[in-house]
Amino acid sequence: MNDSTRPASPREPCEFSVNGEPVAIACAAHVTLLEALREELGLTGTKHGCELGECGACTVLLDGASVLSCLVLAQTCAGRQVETVEGLADGPGLHPLQAAFADLGGSQCGYCTPGMLMSAKQLLAAEPAPDRARIREAIGGNLCRCTGYQQIVDAIAHAAAVMRGEPA
Amino acid sequence: MTARERYSVIGKARRRVDGRAKVLGQTRFADDLTLPRMVHAKLLRSPHPHAEIVRVDTSRAAAWPGVLLVLTGADFPIGYGILPVTPDEYPLARERVRYVGDPVAAVVARDERTAEAALAAIEVEYRPLRTIADAADALAHPEPRLHAYSEQGNIHRLQALEFGDVEEALAGADRVFEDLYFYQGSTHLPIEQHAALAALEPDGRLALWSSTQVPHYLHRMMARVLGRPAARVRIVACPNGGGFGGKTDLCNHEFVVARAAERLGRPVKICLTREEVFYMHRGRHPVTMRLRTGVTQDGRITGMHLQTLLDGGAYASYGVASVFYTGALQAMTYEIPRYKWEGCRTFTNKPPCGPKRGHGTPQPRFAQEVQLDRIAEALEKDPAELRLGIVAKPGSLSTNWFRIGSIGLAECIDEVVTRSGWRGKHRRLPQGRGVGIACGSYMSGVSHPIYRNAMPLSGVQILLDRSGQVTVFSGATEVGQGSDDVLAALVAEVLGIGTDDVRCVTGDTALTPVDLGSYSSRVTLMMGNAAIAAAERVRGQLAEAAAAKLETTTEAIVFAEGRVFRTDDPARALAFHEAVIAAEERFGTLGAVGSYTPPPHTALYKGGGIGPSPAYSYTACVVEVAVDEATGWVSVEKVWIAHDIGRTLNRTLAEGQVIGSVYMALGEALMEEQAFRRLPPKLSDALVHRAPSMLDYKSPTALDMPEVDVVLVEDPDPNGPFGAKEVGQGPLLPVMPALANAVYDAIGVRIDEVPVTPGKILRALERKARGEPARVGPEHFPDVPYPEPLFVPPPWEGGDGREIRREVKLR
Amino acid sequence: MMRLPDFELRRPRTLAEAATILAGEGPAARPLAGGTDLLPNMKRRQQTPRVLVALGEIPGLRTFTNGAALAIGAGTTLAALAADTRMAQYGALAQAAARVASPQLRNQATLGGNLCLDTRCSYYDQSEPWRRAIGCCLKKDGDTCWVATASRRCVAVSSSDCAPALVALGARVRLVSREGTREVALEDFYRDDGMDHLVKRPDEILSAVDVPDAQGWRSTYWKLRRRGAIDFPVLGVAAAVKRDTAGTIEAARVALGAAGSRPFLVPQASEALIGRTLDDATIAATARRVAARAKPVDNTDFETRWRKDVATQLVSYALRELRGEDLGAIRRRF
Repeated sequence: MNDSTRPASPREPCEFSVNGEPVAIACAAHVTLLEALREELGLTGTKHGCELGECGACTVLLDGASVLSCLVLAQTCAGRQVETVEGLADGPGLHPLQAAFADLGGSQCGYCTPGMLMSAKQLLAAEPAPDRARIREAIGGNLCRCTGYQQIVDAIAHAAAVMRGEPA
Repeated sequence: MTARERYSVIGKARRRVDGRAKVLGQTRFADDLTLPRMVHAKLLRSPHPHAEIVRVDTSRAAAWPGVLLVLTGADFPIGYGILPVTPDEYPLARERVRYVGDPVAAVVARDERTAEAALAAIEVEYRPLRTIADAADALAHPEPRLHAYSEQGNIHRLQALEFGDVEEALAGADRVFEDLYFYQGSTHLPIEQHAALAALEPDGRLALWSSTQVPHYLHRMMARVLGRPAARVRIVACPNGGGFGGKTDLCNHEFVVARAAERLGRPVKICLTREEVFYMHRGRHPVTMRLRTGVTQDGRITGMHLQTLLDGGAYASYGVASVFYTGALQAMTYEIPRYKWEGCRTFTNKPPCGPKRGHGTPQPRFAQEVQLDRIAEALEKDPAELRLGIVAKPGSLSTNWFRIGSIGLAECIDEVVTRSGWRGKHRRLPQGRGVGIACGSYMSGVSHPIYRNAMPLSGVQILLDRSGQVTVFSGATEVGQGSDDVLAALVAEVLGIGTDDVRCVTGDTALTPVDLGSYSSRVTLMMGNAAIAAAERVRGQLAEAAAAKLETTTEAIVFAEGRVFRTDDPARALAFHEAVIAAEERFGTLGAVGSYTPPPHTALYKGGGIGPSPAYSYTACVVEVAVDEATGWVSVEKVWIAHDIGRTLNRTLAEGQVIGSVYMALGEALMEEQAFRRLPPKLSDALVHRAPSMLDYKSPTALDMPEVDVVLVEDPDPNGPFGAKEVGQGPLLPVMPALANAVYDAIGVRIDEVPVTPGKILRALERKARGEPARVGPEHFPDVPYPEPLFVPPPWEGGDGREIRREVKLR
Repeated sequence: MMRLPDFELRRPRTLAEAATILAGEGPAARPLAGGTDLLPNMKRRQQTPRVLVALGEIPGLRTFTNGAALAIGAGTTLAALAADTRMAQYGALAQAAARVASPQLRNQATLGGNLCLDTRCSYYDQSEPWRRAIGCCLKKDGDTCWVATASRRCVAVSSSDCAPALVALGARVRLVSREGTREVALEDFYRDDGMDHLVKRPDEILSAVDVPDAQGWRSTYWKLRRRGAIDFPVLGVAAAVKRDTAGTIEAARVALGAAGSRPFLVPQASEALIGRTLDDATIAATARRVAARAKPVDNTDFETRWRKDVATQLVSYALRELRGEDLGAIRRRF
């Protein structure tokens, strides 16, 4: 059926939490979480590379689990907790993952970085001491064309050590 | 340029200057930008690979609720092309479409969904033409001709150059090897899809923010296409979310949103879908090659003859340069006394090919390095030793008259041989495991702009104020490679301050001096030299003022760690900002410019302008694989790579470029293909991209990528900034042939094609089992009407680098 | 950006409510679980349902019980399934779930969704403009199957990982509609028709999967794909055997996925295995017989011939693993 023959879906109010703060938007059913973050809330830190669930650039945490925001309907997020790259740092300093990515070459063009960081955050929340093979599995859904992943793996391993309180 | 042994900023592993913004998600890519009253554009693309446009009716779309503007080819009477010799593209097709995805019309609407919906209301009547599917098809079918300007039929360009009498050299060889190779096309696949935002600025100038690697070229061509004075056009290159050459061409959508913003007086944005990025392409050419090489029994090359056939796609893009690059850089790596190459680029009904990382060189490099492996085996020599015996000499001229500066290739080979344990592995690993070696060389920037002129290739401006703030302006474009960091690091090194003290303003034609763009690995060397020149000028002023304050001579002044002090009495010092104040008092407002023009080149023959570079990087690589003979599956166990970078500026970034090159190379070597489906011609004219998605176009994941051992070899080049050469492209080149050679070492079959797939390996193993040649690759090379080559004696046979008549014997 | 078409979103709180909506709206309504299959398809305009019935807020769909048998709510995410310790007995399912797509998609995608995955084809899983450029195909808006132009039948391929695993494990699915609940053996849940591959009616919701007690069974799943993550299978082999203490096979079930428009059980495998041990000769003979049933066509990744050629090998890997061989190194490669 052609889009033009169908009435536009109405905008409905939708409230959820982004990076710990409540937000209220009004959006139509077809609006994805990705579109809501970038276009309704101006949180353009979350990127997109395909919008079909194939690249991982739009990864955010939804109730603590990494998801592809291009395949989540915004209205189904009502009442739930969303975390994006903008919420990673607490204050002016960097989160250990961010610092490690910046220092160890985990970010070249920086476009896959926000999604990569969110995948890494979920990993370290569940497993504080993953080995390199586990880290590679955890970022297996995040494509990067610049780094060859090696310095990303280095950065996540380093951040994990920092977060465990081990001397770097 | 200052030669110093110890550096305080460069050479270290360091957080890049834009690193914080990137990890915070604060880097503003083109699609992250919004402006008040912004509206959105979508393009209607051709469903036919080849057709005449009979009629376009936009009336229904124009009346669509929410639609503000519909544009067609009629709105763009002036065409363009990245190379001035081939202006064969229009923002929107006029009269003819040449590939599935060729833009035909555009809709601008209040939102993207509305624009997309209204595309369906545009009526286009086409008259289909015969589809030209690939290079062989193009050679066999001169008609219908894609472009009237082509050299003949559907042959875009033919090129032939001969440096010394190659047949004579082959006749004098102990052995002559002749092999055919095919290198499949691939695309850049930056994770960021191309986006552009155009707006009229408050003063009425047109501004375009775009994910482009070439703001300067876009600036020139935008002015021409829009019919505006260039001074009334501003191009801002946003940080690119990956480029790899894919954003070095002028894009249809950039002109479309600019025209729309002009017409509407409102900001207009477009972001391509992933599928559209595959149609924009400009990626690796599929190339079929024949390579004949003569060698002596002791493993020296007597002469080499290379023929290439390129499938160029529907438009020229950088194609004239691409065909040159399949031949021009082949003679930079080893001593090749005589060399002949013939190239042919065809037009086909597919998205245009262009420059992808390594531009034109990975294909013949694959052929040569695989053939060298064959030669080594036939001569019963170790492939690493064979290469060490023929490495080109520093400070020499290549067969085709390009000046080689520093060359650390022998050291690179030694490093990877040692670190990989090559001697214990090659021909010694158990069946199913193997190692392969290969080398490569690449330019640190091409010595000419794409439009001929005598102006500098890069300019840098530096501004100091009494706060001690240092601002550097450069037209260079940050595509992720770290050009902002190079800029800050070089200025900081010269001025003895930290990179945090330098603010970079880059890639904005309204604010920054011209730099030609991020392509051909030119930025570090060219922008870098310009930056050093600018920084040294202001340092001279600072030194003079500080010397007066500190009661000494300018020669006795040192800049380090944010201080300016006497070398004989370091306690007598000024803080950097105090030195700036002293200089501002003395000279007035402080600023300087620096520019870079490469040294004149020696290749004076026609066509000798493509390939000369101020410096060449060198790389050697060993790949170890495990091959499962039951399935043909190749696992890359590890890669060792050594790259002669001249001088490392930021170790973290340099190693990242090398590993990233290995990654992109392994993708091409094993799985990536920009391949097309031709439907049965009796039933359909269709020729469509097989896999225009991130799911079906196979970019390796973190689980497919081995660990890479990187060595940076530093053989400073006199032409590089502090000796630095390129690192972004060269390291890709040896990886594909090293992998193919490793597969041979593991299971004894030759895959003379890229990608090396498990299916091809099983086929080669079957042939081996049947006693046939244990090989998969092209079986024949098509008849190509190469012209009589331009004959140039190589430097050691006399002449002055110009072509001569063949019968004239020098010496 | 690829964006969704218009639709109406309904968010029922109970299964009964969801069933009522589906019954009322007819085939224009589709249940929405994880959305990882349906939403990309909608963005490509392969499917444009007028109403989506989101199942995410129905609590009962995520229950997971194991009495004598295992009952898995269809809304259980693949990540939860792969991580659940109760899955140890059901190796094939745990391995299949862990190998679907990527970590993010496994956090979103549900077991029910994976079992109902639309059949896939490289002429079909494309944008609307791409499909128009080939004149569309049998599965959607066209009249030619471009994979086999003489074919009257759509040959789009079943690409679920969990389906062959659960077929091998002898699972049954529960289908709930306003008229009640029916149970169907999973192997009967699929039709060999790429256009209409499920026996599920549009008004039915796959609510749960019942897996029989696996006491004494050992099972495994091997997936052939290009990359270590993200990709759909181009061949899936699920094998389950029950052996006596001497190692003699008492019962065996081998199923193939991504080898046709439906996942299917290979009865010849059971014949070749029962009464024998997993010795090299038995494995080789079984692998040949199973592989003969795999008839790949050119509608997915890789060369068709290669997919056919390696089927024997993949089956033998699965059987070798079942006899206790450590094939970790080979597994890591695939």
